[in-house]
Amino acid sequence: MIVAERKTIPELVEILRPHRNILVLGCGTCVTVCLSGGEREVSIISSALRIASRVQGLDFTIDELTIERQCDNIFIEQAAEAIEKADAVLSTACGAGVQAIAERFPTKPVYAGLNTTFLGILEERGVWTEKCAACGSCVLHKYGGICPVTRCAKRMLNGPCGGSREDRCEVRPDRPCAWQLIYRRLKDIGQLERLMDMEPPKDWNSSLSGGPRVLIREDHRV
Amino acid sequence: MKTNNPEPVIVAFCCHYCAYAAADLAGSGRLQYPPNIRIVRSPCTGRLEVNFFLRALEAGADGVLVAGCEEGSCHFKEGNYLAKGRVNTARQLLKEAGLEPERLRMVNVSAASSQKFAECVREMVETVSELGPSPVKKMMKKNTNQEQTGAMQ
Repeated sequence: MIVAERKTIPELVEILRPHRNILVLGCGTCVTVCLSGGEREVSIISSALRIASRVQGLDFTIDELTIERQCDNIFIEQAAEAIEKADAVLSTACGAGVQAIAERFPTKPVYAGLNTTFLGILEERGVWTEKCAACGSCVLHKYGGICPVTRCAKRMLNGPCGGSREDRCEVRPDRPCAWQLIYRRLKDIGQLERLMDMEPPKDWNSSLSGGPRVLIREDHRV
Repeated sequence: MKTNNPEPVIVAFCCHYCAYAAADLAGSGRLQYPPNIRIVRSPCTGRLEVNFFLRALEAGADGVLVAGCEEGSCHFKEGNYLAKGRVNTARQLLKEAGLEPERLRMVNVSAASSQKFAECVREMVETVSELGPSPVKKMMKKNTNQEQTGAMQ
């Protein structure tokens, strides 16, 4: 899922300061699961903004709405009326959702209420960790299902680096060494010989360095 | 919030299994504590969400007291620990919004601790009285007065 974090209330107040009628628009998909931009968080952010508005005399009028998915026009239509009524929209979706709303309503100021951080999973209650960098050419099959591009701080394709201490990463000692995990996993699945292969430098053309990516599926086009 | 209520107004979210029973016991035992609190009974403090506390303050409460079981003795095992985290999150949000975080407090009171419950209420009323009326409420009153004046004109 896409993981995101709330911007601070002072940041949001500064962003919204020129406006009066504000719609806080939540998204019912990834950011609901990572507890940062769903219906409950929309309620929390709206309440905090109302309190800030009254304490600082800002005169905000804040409405709340959450739709199933902000990155999909079919669902965006459900919010069209509320968006039209508002002076500005504070979207608590990921960056894709915010831009989808802005594209659909070209004359409406749309702001991001969250910082979109990474693609990850819920590791334990209240802890999300990054698992995928969306690099565009997946190498997971070579590393026992553990991504060195994302989980090794040095992104080493031919690791380990030698800085690993007691199975921990030397860059982030609070995280496990990805190469230790890869070694153990390959051993467990009987594929240790894969480590004998030298991996050539990664082709980053498929990543963001080649500009914004587009996926075209001719079989789904009319 | 009714204006004829004594100031400050404090909303107390009390767990059914402990603090609410303690409040009940305080009543049966004729213990005195300030009449400023409005008790909301909750099946467990773990049911309380961050927005419950914020909404109470947004609606004009001067303070919010969350009263749960002693740590380690929650009827649902970990509800009071969840509440503790949520109260801390809400306090951080209040700080960010410019409202004193001391207006929100969590206490742990067992069902038999009527004295402690009364003491916690006294301390909360004292803290909130020192802080003065909530600026949220003051602004609400100001806006209402402006609207009324505008309507009269």
